[in-house]
Amino acid sequence: MRITCPFCGERELGEFTYLGDAKPMRPAPGASEDEVYDYVYLRDNIAGVMDENWYHGGGCRAWLKVTRNTLTHEISAVEPAAGAGARQVAK
Amino acid sequence: MKYSIFSLARAALSGHKNWQRTWRDAAPKDRYDVVIIGGGGHGLATAWFLASEFGIKNVAVLEKGWIGSGNAGRNTTIIRSNYGLPGNTGFYELSMKLWERMEQDLNYNAMVSQRGVINLYHSDAQRDAYARRGNTMRINGIDAELLDLAAVRKMIPFLNFDNARFPVQGGLLQRRGGTARHDAVAWGYAHAASELGVDIIQNCEVTGFVRDANGKVTGVETSRGRIGAGKVGMAVAGSSSRVAAMAGLRLPIESHVLQAFVSEAIKPLIPGVMTFGAGHFYVSQSDKGGLVFGGDIDGYNSYAQRGNMPVMEDVCEGGMALMPMIGRVRLLRQWGGIMDMSMDGSPIIDKTPVDGLYLNAGWCYGGFKATPGSGFVFAHLLARDESHEEAARFRLDRFRSGAVIDEKGQGAQPNLH
Repeated sequence: MRITCPFCGERELGEFTYLGDAKPMRPAPGASEDEVYDYVYLRDNIAGVMDENWYHGGGCRAWLKVTRNTLTHEISAVEPAAGAGARQVAK
Repeated sequence: MKYSIFSLARAALSGHKNWQRTWRDAAPKDRYDVVIIGGGGHGLATAWFLASEFGIKNVAVLEKGWIGSGNAGRNTTIIRSNYGLPGNTGFYELSMKLWERMEQDLNYNAMVSQRGVINLYHSDAQRDAYARRGNTMRINGIDAELLDLAAVRKMIPFLNFDNARFPVQGGLLQRRGGTARHDAVAWGYAHAASELGVDIIQNCEVTGFVRDANGKVTGVETSRGRIGAGKVGMAVAGSSSRVAAMAGLRLPIESHVLQAFVSEAIKPLIPGVMTFGAGHFYVSQSDKGGLVFGGDIDGYNSYAQRGNMPVMEDVCEGGMALMPMIGRVRLLRQWGGIMDMSMDGSPIIDKTPVDGLYLNAGWCYGGFKATPGSGFVFAHLLARDESHEEAARFRLDRFRSGAVIDEKGQGAQPNLH
């Protein structure tokens, strides 16, 4: 598996660290216990195409949103994760 | 048929042409009291304990491939009961005690070999942590010995004791730990369960659940037709989330790939099972002579049953740090299995919110050693509708209540357990 970082180009997997499914969003501070439980513990655990958060610690140190198939490891898209860095890229 | 020295002699005299099937190749009936999804070690053990201990013999085990084609035949065959937290300590010792009588119980040679498991330590802090774990084991009646450097040198003289970065200082030894022939465990449970009337149905993939008006599960849809069930138990490891989703459940589980490795055969070298404490590397030597070893999971969600190079390199570096002389041994085979990584690194054996559906999952990368214990307590849950006392903490709702069993202290990040 190699990941093409939008900032650094194609790099080997060992440069990256995995966080997980990019879909769960941190609930608002006043969210219910159910919402927090759902965010912290429950996962769709998709068998197929999934958006994921990866960190390019061995390169530009940017967080990336990688679209990857968990059945085949095929990567179909890589873009900067939402946040300040992504806004810089958009300019 | 019953296996013995006499049956072996008879078969030898007749040219080994008269062996019978080890288990019946059953076709599905319309209905069973209990249907187990998953013909791996845990599912087959559950069926055998249901039939032998709990008197429920109208049982089917449904396997989408052939039995033992998943993690039962992909692990590194280690058995041990050296856990430190309440919930795990007692459960894994229950499992170890069942390993010790398994072959007699099943009339099957599973090559259970209690040749010892030693966890090496490389710092004062690690020694203290291991001493604590050893003490926890001993006050729970489990054998554990803390070895100093001299004792380790005597037992495993070929280690690289001069490693400047990770000096070996000693080890925590469980002499009753060891290895078992993983395929034979699946075959043995299949053999014994089949003898008691359990139907083992291969090439039968579950595609959905049959529910009544109240939502209770009353059967399963499969690639070989509908099968009715009084109760349905899931023991499908890395496929847990996919099967549970058919019943509308989301689980606190992620599926990750773990790799395992076998070298070419060499002369007897490794006395038992050894682990490198400064990285993640565990190794034993098979009876054929190959070094069987592994390390960390790859760290990303995967259903692919194969891994990538960085972890392969990391595992081999761990081996080289301990034993530089294996550097010229060639790697023979390497493969991956899909682990049901739970959010606290411990298993879940419980009823689900869906009536009639029971869950056995979350084994992370430690399921093989648990095979007999898991089968016993899951059969107990299915037969009596209440948890066995040694599995009472493996609840599905512990993540909501906060009573997690986090042996490694990593929090809700499954790829770090």
